[in-house]
Amino acid sequence: MTATLFTNATLIDPEDGSATLGSLLVKDGVIVAHGPEVAVPKGVHVVECGGHCLAPGIVDLGVKVCEPGERHKESFKTAGLAAAAGGVTTMITRPDTAPAIDSPETLEFVTRRANEAAPVRVLPMAALTKGRDGREMTEIGFLMDAGAVAFTDCDHVLTDTKVMQRALTYARSLGALVITHPQEPTLSKGAAVTSGKFASLRGLPGVSPMAERMGIDRDIALTEMTGARVHFDQITTARALPALERAKRNGLDVTAGTSIHHLTLNELDVADYRTFFKVKPPLRSEDDRMATLDALRHGLIDVLCSMHTPQDEESKRLPYEEAASGAVALQTLLPAALRLHHSGDLTLPQLFRAMALNPADRLGLPQGRLSEGAPADLVLFDPNAPFVMDRFSLLSKSKNTPFDGARMQGRVLGTWVGGARVFDSATKVA
Amino acid sequence: MSFNQKHLLGIEPLAPSEITTVLDLAEQYVDLNRRDVKHADALAGLTQINMFFENSTRTQASFELAGKRLGADVMNMSMQASSIKKGETLIDTAMTLNAMHPDLLVVRHPHSGAVDLLSQKVNCAVLNAGDGKHEHPTQALLDALTIRRAKGRLHRLNIAICGDIAHSRVARSNILLLGKMENRVRLIGPPTLMPAGIAKFGVEVYEDMREGLQDVDVVMMLRLQRERMDGGFIPSEREYYHRYGLDAAKLSIAKDDAIVMHPGPMNRGVEIDGTLADDINRSVIQDQVEMGVAVRMAAMDLLARNLRTARTEQGVMA
Repeated sequence: MTATLFTNATLIDPEDGSATLGSLLVKDGVIVAHGPEVAVPKGVHVVECGGHCLAPGIVDLGVKVCEPGERHKESFKTAGLAAAAGGVTTMITRPDTAPAIDSPETLEFVTRRANEAAPVRVLPMAALTKGRDGREMTEIGFLMDAGAVAFTDCDHVLTDTKVMQRALTYARSLGALVITHPQEPTLSKGAAVTSGKFASLRGLPGVSPMAERMGIDRDIALTEMTGARVHFDQITTARALPALERAKRNGLDVTAGTSIHHLTLNELDVADYRTFFKVKPPLRSEDDRMATLDALRHGLIDVLCSMHTPQDEESKRLPYEEAASGAVALQTLLPAALRLHHSGDLTLPQLFRAMALNPADRLGLPQGRLSEGAPADLVLFDPNAPFVMDRFSLLSKSKNTPFDGARMQGRVLGTWVGGARVFDSATKVA
Repeated sequence: MSFNQKHLLGIEPLAPSEITTVLDLAEQYVDLNRRDVKHADALAGLTQINMFFENSTRTQASFELAGKRLGADVMNMSMQASSIKKGETLIDTAMTLNAMHPDLLVVRHPHSGAVDLLSQKVNCAVLNAGDGKHEHPTQALLDALTIRRAKGRLHRLNIAICGDIAHSRVARSNILLLGKMENRVRLIGPPTLMPAGIAKFGVEVYEDMREGLQDVDVVMMLRLQRERMDGGFIPSEREYYHRYGLDAAKLSIAKDDAIVMHPGPMNRGVEIDGTLADDINRSVIQDQVEMGVAVRMAAMDLLARNLRTARTEQGVMA
């Protein structure tokens, strides 16, 4: 029996919303006690936390690891190391690889690779339709047996509403969670930024924020029709929020997420065509950012994720319209989220509710909390440590972060998965 | 005299005094261009490369002539035919050219921001000859010079820009320049051809051309691209001409001495009546072409001066 005691830690408990000084005891990879007074067994290994924050490890819903297909952009090993260094203990991976993860065979390959190479937990999602091309549904049952935790075509919106209806109906019969990308694709086609004054000044093709609302409206109607369990990957605009609120009030089984970039950046950050700020959906106006932040604070938006999307230099060093979308964020998710803590917008327990507890609950996972019996997936961090982000210090193979050169606060000191230490800031080794 | 720019990428970064500097110098080149011997040596010994990733006869010819009249060695590269077809990226092309030590790079590209991107990778002065739907600064400067010469001033004028504003880099550069010089700018066109967020540009927007032309000093028409006429943005060419084409009747609503401008090439009978375009009492379209060469000479001269100063300073440092 191995036991570890974390002492003198500020325990961030997303379940009861508290942040109090205390200890946490781990036995055999499982949390057995936490609080101000914990009975200490003999021969226990002690981690002195120096008053820093100890929180449940982040459950990052929607990470892209580029295996299979584009291992030069990101592998399970590099993504796993970045995750560990960023306090992410569970990566829920996306199926938008090349080829797409749409069969039990590909899924098994991914699971095997992940187990070999990544120091953190990896739970794969699978495509909802074969090849993510919106025509035929995948083998949802077999894929679930093989370990798929959710089904999504990622940014490929299923335009054929009939196919979508059938896929949702079938998924409902198996209790599968479906993740949709709320967007009206014919309206957003070709868009590189959000339409408005900035888009017009830069001469870039824009999409109206209304396209997101049209997308969510349709998907909510289909959810009502089919009774499926649905999660919206990223809600980023004010106009989409009333529909979400209504759907929840009407008792539909829906949840929603948003990305760290949409919460901490806005469209003006693109400035002179900086392609590292090109994400999908595009960065929004400050009003939309504020509304999204407010929705997260009040629990209307449940999940905050990194939307980690590695892109190599070549695909970003292009004219803005031609450049690829996406940003790496496994390692910047926590320091960027802490900006919202330092600005007084969100408390630390609120942040970890959105980054750990809620995504875990939605996927039926036991982690993401400090309660007795939960796996000891933990992150120890100093929320105040200042640093200047240097993108070449990131462990991801791709270095496409919009936070390059940004002044940030918050350093991960250690990360544990199932009670085993996978990251130590002092030694930098897993 | 002030002109503190390394490149001419757009009107947006220019101060009003810098705009005036370009126009004042251009006046001198207008005089030079009207002489028998049209030659100066401001760019002697310098190499100018014109890189056009998008078709252009007029702008390219204007830049070529401007460079040659100032004594530069001018090379034209038609980029559609060459490397991009072979998959070379814009940055690779820029690096390759940079190794040939050009001094002035004139670039037109179909994507907004592409010229900006290219300018970050080279050691010479870059002039934007039009990037996507973003900016076309020398066009706005030549329009400004034309207006200043015709009206005797470049401030407190009512200027209407009419047509396809949404897809026009000429319109963007003109809105910025005319705004900086404190004019009242009106935009006239169907709402499908207006860019988003236009209300925040500090301009007045009119959907009815007759209303918009009241009391204007300058009517600037824009070219309507063929591919926009097929029902996607407007129902038909004839309905467009009826509602937004400039003819004598609509022009009579403007001030009696209002001038008519067009960046060319014109679609006669689509956005402008042919007879009106040729009316030497109202149309200054040919003047615009003439001013184009002079303005480009001035812009390249000023950038070359800054380039030489920067290089001398670097030499001193080294």
